[in-house]
Amino acid sequence: MNPLLKSIFSANFVFATLRVTTPILFPAIGVAITSLSGSVNIALEGIMLVSAFTGVVVSAFTGSLWLALIFGILAGVGMAALLGYFHLNLKADIIIAAIALNMFASGITVFLTYIFAHDKGTTSSLKSLVFPSVKIPIIDKIPVIGRMFSGLNILTYVALISVIVFYYLIYKTPLGLRIRAVGQNPDAAESVGVDVKKVKMYSLLLSGFFGALGGLYLSMGYVSWFSRDMTAGRGFIAIAAASIGGNLPLGTFFGSLLFGIVNTLAIFLATLKVPSELIQMIPYVTTVLVLAVYAIQKSVRSGGEE
Amino acid sequence: MDTILSIRNIVKVYPNGVVANKGISFDIEKNTIHALVGENGAGKTTLMKILFGIEKPQEGKIIYKGKEVHFKSPLDAIHNGIGMVHQHLMLAPDLTVAENLTLGIEPRKWKVFLDTKKAVDIAKRVSEEFGMEVPLEKRVRDLPIGIRQRVEILKALLRNAELLILDEPTAVLTPQETEVLFKTLFDLKKHGKTIIFISHKLKEVKAIADRVTVIRDGKVIATEDAGSLTEHEIAELMVGREIRFERIPPSPKVGAPLLKVKNIRYRNKENVEVLKGVSFEVRSGEILGVAGVEGNGQTELVEILTGLRKADEGSIVINGEEVIGKTPREIREKGVSHIPEDRMKNGVAENAKIKENLIVDRYYKNPFSKGMFVDWKFITKYSAKLMKDFNVLATSPDALVSSLSGGNIQKVVVARELSMNPSVIIADQPVRGIDVGSEELVHRLLNEARDKGSAIFLVSADLDEVLELSSRIIVIYNGEIVARFDDVEGLTGKDLGPYMLGVKREA
Ligand SMILES: Nc1ncnc2c1ncn2[C@@H]1O[C@H](COP(=O)(O)OP(=O)(O)OP(=O)(O)O)[C@@H](O)[C@H]1O
Ligand SMILES: [Mg+2]
Repeated sequence: MNPLLKSIFSANFVFATLRVTTPILFPAIGVAITSLSGSVNIALEGIMLVSAFTGVVVSAFTGSLWLALIFGILAGVGMAALLGYFHLNLKADIIIAAIALNMFASGITVFLTYIFAHDKGTTSSLKSLVFPSVKIPIIDKIPVIGRMFSGLNILTYVALISVIVFYYLIYKTPLGLRIRAVGQNPDAAESVGVDVKKVKMYSLLLSGFFGALGGLYLSMGYVSWFSRDMTAGRGFIAIAAASIGGNLPLGTFFGSLLFGIVNTLAIFLATLKVPSELIQMIPYVTTVLVLAVYAIQKSVRSGGEE
Repeated sequence: MDTILSIRNIVKVYPNGVVANKGISFDIEKNTIHALVGENGAGKTTLMKILFGIEKPQEGKIIYKGKEVHFKSPLDAIHNGIGMVHQHLMLAPDLTVAENLTLGIEPRKWKVFLDTKKAVDIAKRVSEEFGMEVPLEKRVRDLPIGIRQRVEILKALLRNAELLILDEPTAVLTPQETEVLFKTLFDLKKHGKTIIFISHKLKEVKAIADRVTVIRDGKVIATEDAGSLTEHEIAELMVGREIRFERIPPSPKVGAPLLKVKNIRYRNKENVEVLKGVSFEVRSGEILGVAGVEGNGQTELVEILTGLRKADEGSIVINGEEVIGKTPREIREKGVSHIPEDRMKNGVAENAKIKENLIVDRYYKNPFSKGMFVDWKFITKYSAKLMKDFNVLATSPDALVSSLSGGNIQKVVVARELSMNPSVIIADQPVRGIDVGSEELVHRLLNEARDKGSAIFLVSADLDEVLELSSRIIVIYNGEIVARFDDVEGLTGKDLGPYMLGVKREA
């Protein structure tokens, strides 16, 4: 068999795909939750950046992974709270507020990187901790399966569990029911005394929480440093992933997985003698294609009505 | 009898300066059905929103069960036992009936989880107590409007409402559904509830109300026993002048067919054959009325005629030209106007101005546009004139459609559609939610259009309207035309009923 094909049909490929999917799945869950509540959150890019940066710096200066986790999450949730404040209290357009936050995140992290690491590009001069990899007891011993699913970063497992948490949150809790009601008909929710603003705020904070985990994984799991704009559009790809999945738990998971697979393919193809710029284009082109196919299919399905 | 609610001297001024309530006072007795009637924009919905804590009055008092109350939010009103079913329904479409019913007061398991079973139980208990059956585990989206409304009423009852406000509940119901609703309301009265009922259909008011309050231009004109007033008297109190209800004379001259529909077939997404070969013609100078219980293919037929939906088979010829496959704009350009059944969905852009809505189909033509630019000055003048002609009550052509009362929104749609000099008019429930005075106006305008040579295709759930306006009538049942009446003189609802219900059909 062709060596490239062989490497694609290997246990390594599955393992790599899960690694690559993680930083898309986290923000995609965040996007999905806010979309269900009827707001569009395009600030995941900025949320992840700020959390990724905070995690690295806190871990480098305190030597504590726990503190890094806590502050990383606080930073992400704080960004989301800011977005909620602009949008819900000051009545700013949520898209514009999110764009502002994304630009702010990109700028402030570069600035602070320079302050802390004396470098405008990366924090590699700081010694960041990373989240550990874990071996899953029994699965680890199974020949091929073990190499696919065991030994991944702990946050990857957290991401997979988050899909289940997302499901329970949305379908099995009062908050989830209210989030869906607010997204479908805010007036209806309001008319029975549901505090629409509060529900929207909660859903934004939740998206900040999941986005933060995505950011922390990027800088303290995927690699062990922060570099400028390291999210590289994942916060936007997450929007595509969630919307392909109809903002539903399993759908969001498969949407993210699809982009994970494509990105991994791009990495594996990099060994070929093809200009790397072309290969790096693959994930983005796929995004556009997938969204186009999705939109066409949707309009066909509704039979031209509405 | 006890007074449950006293309204004293309520004044409401909206931020845009409209004085919607100008010192309204009346009492509502416990355990009665109290009707509230008045022209479009008279201030009925505004008053109800005040009772329900959505709007705050500038002046006045509300005394509820002997105590003065100031509701800060609907939640306050709900806690005090007031429930409201809004003019436009308030349900989350993708949630189940049980979920909608318990939203905001969800029963819980271990504090954090929803107790779905208990929610269904609670919902079932109220629905059984009041004898109102609803499919608890179905999604609201999949229910017909009559059932959805029942869900809304249950929503209020579940929260222990004693005073139930229903804002034009029958506007969107078929006559059959209305009957079911009335049975429910009578039952509720037996259970000791008090009901405020708003409607423009005076026949309904006579049928179920104990008392009637008429308001005109934000003021109470009369509060009387419903039995002591005739429909006609109520109508005149509402409008403040004499009105004539008379059968419209047949058109002077009927010309060539302008709309020819042949053998239209259509299957919907669920693969149900909704239209099974429908054919008819409408000639210049006549109104062809469609009688039928809603949901027998009328909606689909109208959407196919106007290009919003594609037929699977058949031909539609307008002014001698085949229009199947043409876009709605191309069809409009052939002189076809359309008054859609759902004004909020297909009739207006809610958050745009009145004038923008009025010219949205013609802005690119002279004189609305000169060269590359839209002439707003002209459009404002033009819109002001249309608003006057069609009796649209609003502060100015620049007012947002969303700030208008329900009936005035309908008039904006009618004004746009009838002012384009149409040669074919597709009118689907043209007077839905319009008061009797304006109803007369719209009917007169339809007639004028007819006499000027338009061909009018009229669909209405209101049989009286069809009988009153039509030159000819067809009856549609289950996607087929089951009867045709070329002579409508002396025809009554009784003659059409058996065809509409599918028990009889012409050979
Ligand atoms: N939110 C709002 N802002 C400004 N003006 C409003 C608003 N809502 C209603 N109005 C105005 O207040 C007046 C009364 O409106 P209201 O909705 O109470 O009438 P209504 O009696 O319910 O009429 P309809 O029978 O057409 O429903 C109208 O002139 C309307 O344009
Ligand atoms: Mg109203």
